[in-house]
Amino acid sequence: MVTVSVLTLLGLGFTAATLLALASRVFHVKEDPRVEAVMDALPGANCGGCGYAGCEGYAIAVVNDPAVAASLCVAGSSEVSIAVGELTDKTVAAAEPQLSFRRCDKLAGKVGMRYEYHGMPSCAAATLLMGGVDICSWSCLGFGDCIQVCPFDAMTLKNGLVYVNPSKCTGCGACIKACPRNSLELIPVRARVTISCATKDKLRAVMDVCEAGCINCGKCSKSCPAKAISSVNNRIEIDHKKCLSYGSSCEELCVKNCSRHILRTNCPPPTSSQSIETPPAQASTDNSIQANP
Amino acid sequence: MEVFQLFISAIFVNNIVLAKYLGMCPYLGCYKERGVALGMGGAVVFFTIMATLCTWYIQKFLLTPFGLDYLQTIAFILVIASLVQFVEMFLKKMVPPLYAALGIFLPLITTNCAVMGVAILVQREAYDLKTSLLYAVAASAGFLLALILMAGLRERLDVCRVPKAMMGTPIALITAGLMSLAFMAFKGMIP
Repeated sequence: MVTVSVLTLLGLGFTAATLLALASRVFHVKEDPRVEAVMDALPGANCGGCGYAGCEGYAIAVVNDPAVAASLCVAGSSEVSIAVGELTDKTVAAAEPQLSFRRCDKLAGKVGMRYEYHGMPSCAAATLLMGGVDICSWSCLGFGDCIQVCPFDAMTLKNGLVYVNPSKCTGCGACIKACPRNSLELIPVRARVTISCATKDKLRAVMDVCEAGCINCGKCSKSCPAKAISSVNNRIEIDHKKCLSYGSSCEELCVKNCSRHILRTNCPPPTSSQSIETPPAQASTDNSIQANP
Repeated sequence: MEVFQLFISAIFVNNIVLAKYLGMCPYLGCYKERGVALGMGGAVVFFTIMATLCTWYIQKFLLTPFGLDYLQTIAFILVIASLVQFVEMFLKKMVPPLYAALGIFLPLITTNCAVMGVAILVQREAYDLKTSLLYAVAASAGFLLALILMAGLRERLDVCRVPKAMMGTPIALITAGLMSLAFMAFKGMIP
């Protein structure tokens, strides 16, 4: 009985193995080995910052399509771009590292509430109800939709505001797509001046709801010698390229001229643990995460 | 009429998931979207029919004539696993779009007990080949139905305030239990 059952199973297994071995020969599909090599070089976070559906999608595209640049991976540093470029024989232009920045400081502005919200704890849901909980229609609602989508754990919630940890943020832009209020934007890590308000309202309409909101007075754009600040769709925007190329000889006139303290000098990008020990006075106006939350 | 009764029995009264408690892993697992549930269910329907066909012949021409019925479980596991692997290779080469749609579910089906369960149940009931295949279609359709209902419920659960301790698997188990209870109402339909 033992012999028969062992032999039967052996025969069955052997037949199946032979069939599978033959099938793997007959139905063999050639796959480009470079795709796997590129996949190994990529961070594998599947954040979608490159514009493709995950790292595999980008790897296939960058290997097969000569028009696809090797530097599209925003999550990986320049090392990733160089590695991908080497694997696919493409030249890599140095990309400016970016990070996510919250254009709202509603705590300093003492923005009030429109109503008490007991619904689903998500910014997207809260925005649907009369344009959000806050009186200001452009504020960071602080339910943390961006925290949930961040593949790098770079965002934290504190006192109803979202804080970006610059040492973890890779600038992939996943949070910007998730934010229903446009309160987040990508800025270069080297950016000299930041804007802490995202409103498209003007004057009285802003003053009534927020003490630290942009009233669109236009002093900053008039004072900027580099003409780097302009009003785009009723909202002030800094052209960081122009701003950076002008250098520091402007003495940050825009920051000095801003009566509402919306334009702020960006603290230097974090390079070591030193950046975490920001003094409290500066940290309160800073967009980055504070030392001891 | 008998065919009709077989279908009603396999889909509603003796649903393979809700009454026989087979295939629990994909049922409770990660299927929170109806589209994904439909894909997985479709793949299971396809493989249940294939597996039932193969194992029926194995039983008829190998196990029964040599008196090896006690090897049924291990022989069926072997056959179903190799079958899934074979079809995976076949689809990858011959029908790439279908592979792209079902590809991620194929390794899961290798160890799906609903597929295995149908193959064994058919032998236990001593169905002939035609009835076996009909039963395979009906049972896997029942699986598909349960999967889609569950995915629909979980889509709704996502926008509900579930107590923190109940989030995820606990509430899924409670939902599954309630669904099983609801399906028990069909018990009286077939004597």
